[in-house]
Amino acid sequence: MNPVSILLVIVVAFFAGMEGILDEWQFHQPLVACTLIGLVTGHPTEGIILGGSLQMIALGWANVGAAVAPDAALASVASAIIMVKGLGDGSANVQTAISTAIALAVPLSVAGLFLTMLCRTIAIPMVHFMDAAAEEGNFRGVELWQMLAIGLQGIRIAIPAAMLCMIPAEAVTTMLKLMPAWLSGGMAVGGGMVAAVGYAMVINMMATPEVWPFFALGFVLAAINQLTLIALGVLGVSIALIYLGLKDLAKQGGGAGGGSGDPLGDILNDY
Amino acid sequence: MADNEIKLSVADRRAVCWRHQFLQGSWNYERMQNGGWCYAMIPAIKALYKTKEEQSAALKRHLEFYNTHPYVSAPVIGVTLALEEERANGAAVEDQAIQGVKVGMMGPLAGVGDPVFWFTVRPILGALGASMAMGGSIIGPILFFVLWNVIRLAFLWYTQEFGYSVGTSIAKDLSGGLLGKITEGASILGMFIIGALVQRWVSISFTPIVSTVTQAEGAYIDWSSLPGGAEGIKSALEQYSALGPTGLNVEKVTTLQGNLDQLIPGLAAVCLTLLCCKLLKKNVSPIGFM
Repeated sequence: MNPVSILLVIVVAFFAGMEGILDEWQFHQPLVACTLIGLVTGHPTEGIILGGSLQMIALGWANVGAAVAPDAALASVASAIIMVKGLGDGSANVQTAISTAIALAVPLSVAGLFLTMLCRTIAIPMVHFMDAAAEEGNFRGVELWQMLAIGLQGIRIAIPAAMLCMIPAEAVTTMLKLMPAWLSGGMAVGGGMVAAVGYAMVINMMATPEVWPFFALGFVLAAINQLTLIALGVLGVSIALIYLGLKDLAKQGGGAGGGSGDPLGDILNDY
Repeated sequence: MADNEIKLSVADRRAVCWRHQFLQGSWNYERMQNGGWCYAMIPAIKALYKTKEEQSAALKRHLEFYNTHPYVSAPVIGVTLALEEERANGAAVEDQAIQGVKVGMMGPLAGVGDPVFWFTVRPILGALGASMAMGGSIIGPILFFVLWNVIRLAFLWYTQEFGYSVGTSIAKDLSGGLLGKITEGASILGMFIIGALVQRWVSISFTPIVSTVTQAEGAYIDWSSLPGGAEGIKSALEQYSALGPTGLNVEKVTTLQGNLDQLIPGLAAVCLTLLCCKLLKKNVSPIGFM
């Protein structure tokens, strides 16, 4: 990779790192991050394909509450760089370069998770500096520490990205060749399973006995392959609206009449 | 004295909305999104309070604990702007009232934001973009990026304006029926979609072979006795469409996965997900477990 590409890769990595915590523009999503790295290194098509494949794995990764999900930012940036390295020296064909990159993405996402936790801990003294600035009514101080905290999250991805770029291509490819098939296969299987953790987090947050039947409905209906995600979305919204409407109706029926809505109750009251 | 009333201009509110995007920047384990919240409030604090003491008090007031979904936080900041404006104009809005509105709204709204944005809109747009991208089309990533950000920016600005315009009344209304209903509807939608995603995207396959049976003659394609050339291909295809996939080999192989799929597709995936739910409730990290 030439110096200009490396510089641009580091810029992309910095944005991905910031977005990994901010979760606004979605630069950390594989679909966007891998495409950008592909573009700046001259492998746009491969980058897009890798981004699409990783996006499918990462669809259920989300930061919920105080929990941290597998880190999409490090997974997409680092695996895209590894893919580009593999392609760069011509030692691997497009297919193997992409599939090794995908296999590496899951362990990388777990490594990224620890880096995120580290940053979130370092941010504690940073907000204490904000407290001190607030005490003096110092706006610039509060703003400065906020910027530094965001920058820290950017550097979290930019440094590993820069290191990966500096390592000679041969080292990366020999390392990849050393990886036995069962390991990369196992990692790919693990990727399918990590998704379950993300779903489990949200289920724990939302689940009440009342909404479990809807989980079952969604699960069974998804087996019909003709139903696209959009169709399932429409179904979900409709079911929710119908259910809430009926529940409202039931409440009104019970509440409006007071006594008269409930014949048995009337009899008991009059008795 | 209506002329002396301090009002937040559209420009002030835009500035708050822009800064609000950096809400999670200083996310920390102590007070979570407090730094980002204070950072977002700064343009409003500057416009409303002129003395150093008032400004310092306002900054400290907004450095308290705060954590919610970063998008549905927009109506909360809208309401807070309205409250701060009243306070700056001399109304008796206590610190506790502002704190109460923030805390009262953040919990239920986070319950709306996570299933709607993270588990419905993003997977749908992501899968749409990804399916195009896997064919190597640049339209996929662009579509995802543009659609997502248009939805997000529109949501951030309009819900913040909504919160600002209804001001204090929103807090009363939300603690009543409306928010409860939205939360319930969102959990129904969320559970439905997650059920579907578990079936589609949690992939486990069991390869062990359960049984191998030699099939009776006529239940498989007899490759050696096919006529040659194009005629043979035609005959093989005709037989294949009649016999189905088991007609390709003499032996019929049944895998454990095949049996499970016949029972109910994705059964293993849902069992794994429920196991993760249990583990998380017991504070065991399933990732470490794997």
